[in-house]
Amino acid sequence: MIEARQLTKRYGDKTAVDGVDFTVRPGAVTGFLGPNGAGKSTTMRMIIGLDSPTSGTVTVNGRRYAQHSAPLHEVGALLEARSIHPGRSAFDHLMVLAYTHGISRARVTEVIEMTGLQSVARKRAGAFSLGMGQRLGIAAALLGDPRTVMLDEPVNGLDPEGVLWIRNLLTGLAAEGRTVFVSSHLMSEMALVADHLIVVGRGRVLADTTVPDLVRQAGGDTVVVAAADPAELRRVLAGPGVEITGQPGSEQLSVTGLSARAIGLKAAEHGLALFELTAKSVSLEEAFMDLTKESVEYHAASTPARAA
Amino acid sequence: MSIIADTRPAETAPARATTPLRVTGRRVLRSEWAKLWSLRSTWITLGLGLLFLLAFGTIAALRYKSMLNSGQPMDPDFADATSYSLALFGVPFALIALGVLGVLTASGEYTTGMIRSTLAAVPRRLPVLWSKAAVYGVLAVVTGAVGALVGFLISNGVLSGAANSMSLSDGGVLRGLLGVGVYLGLVGVIGVALGALLRSTAGGISALVGTFLLVPGLMSLLPKSWRADLTPYLPSNAGESIYSLHHVTGTLSAGAGLLVLLGWTALALGGAAYRLMRSDA
Repeated sequence: MIEARQLTKRYGDKTAVDGVDFTVRPGAVTGFLGPNGAGKSTTMRMIIGLDSPTSGTVTVNGRRYAQHSAPLHEVGALLEARSIHPGRSAFDHLMVLAYTHGISRARVTEVIEMTGLQSVARKRAGAFSLGMGQRLGIAAALLGDPRTVMLDEPVNGLDPEGVLWIRNLLTGLAAEGRTVFVSSHLMSEMALVADHLIVVGRGRVLADTTVPDLVRQAGGDTVVVAAADPAELRRVLAGPGVEITGQPGSEQLSVTGLSARAIGLKAAEHGLALFELTAKSVSLEEAFMDLTKESVEYHAASTPARAA
Repeated sequence: MSIIADTRPAETAPARATTPLRVTGRRVLRSEWAKLWSLRSTWITLGLGLLFLLAFGTIAALRYKSMLNSGQPMDPDFADATSYSLALFGVPFALIALGVLGVLTASGEYTTGMIRSTLAAVPRRLPVLWSKAAVYGVLAVVTGAVGALVGFLISNGVLSGAANSMSLSDGGVLRGLLGVGVYLGLVGVIGVALGALLRSTAGGISALVGTFLLVPGLMSLLPKSWRADLTPYLPSNAGESIYSLHHVTGTLSAGAGLLVLLGWTALALGGAAYRLMRSDA
């Protein structure tokens, strides 16, 4: 369980995290989603006390992280930036962390096997590929058998097999009743694993929701319908919770709040001719872009126009 | 090779029931000890420190002996040399090696990003600094004292029978050799503190070299009266007085030198502790 209350971090006059409130609950995978520069990594660093908040608080299982007697047993974290001395072997890196808590050598061997690092465990971590480095970071996160697992962009640099492995790992950890908090800037990746979503942009929480709710919020499912008499169709379809938009003089209407099937049946009931009936569901990616478009930190310049 | 999730961290954590997971001072010390020995740079730099102590002492003794045997008038630099002073010819070089390793043990955490893992495991932070300083300090004391002792025995062997050869039982020799270890150990701790304070290897090494090698030279820029008052209290001069056998006027006694160097060490550690607690990692 992670609870952030009015959590704020400023660097000079730049506000990285701006009065954020959220709760991450156990037994589910919570996705922490936002464009680059939204404050995800800063928030995660504050959770484990690497950065101290300018104001506000964040607690893990009811206490500040540093106040726990066995911090690695509370939160296992994989941060975005590498946190390994390249001259140390994977095994030694994990042992060094294990010693601080009295974690056994057997547990170190266990997390090495769990992350598939057996064959490289004695090699210098500096020579690891991006994917191997991620696996070592995850091994370190799991070392203390933590009640909360927090991973910052875990699929970065992983091959498809690794991505699948992460997905199974996350859902498995949540099924064991752990709190799982995963950041990503990829909506599609989150949609596959996250039960709950916290969407941030420019340091603020934009949505604290579930995947289906997010889609509904972002305009949900729209049906495009074209009819010979759009004005009459509008009258027929009107009702509570139904929203109809259309250009004057155009045969086409956009309807939300009714399924394509319901629209077709109503039109038939009133003998109205339809030319088109298309359900347009908003993809998660679109819902996400819609939500964060105001707050994207770094806009690419529009695609260069073709030279005349 | 199957790496597709064997995700059973909960069921199988063997040692947990018997020894509950908990961060303790002793465990942080153990971790810092393991950190030191799991890096190649530790072995290399400690080896270099030891080599400097032994090799330069031996070379100095050999050179002295050849001058003695040639019957020529003695080089003024060597005029009042003893087997003790010749053996310790390499101390300034060992000081650089051991001090640099001290800087590296702390600054390396920051330059590599390891500090994030370290502080995630020990979020109270200060135990990390104390343990690093203690573990490395003791290691540098032992290396320095062993190097000085063996260097002295070699130098004495080379000069056996000469008028200026001394023995371990001579007044102050054993204490002085141990003093070399203490001096180098404290330099190592100051190195750790500078590395943690500046969070940069280049900065830490520059500060260390500046303090111990350059500042003493700069003293000549000061007015003469100030110079005499201040010079004995410099870290380098205070440190050298810990192991000097004969008291020259204008230097501190061994005990006072030790206290002054301890003061400098405490100051550096205090600065490092302040930065560690106050700044984001």
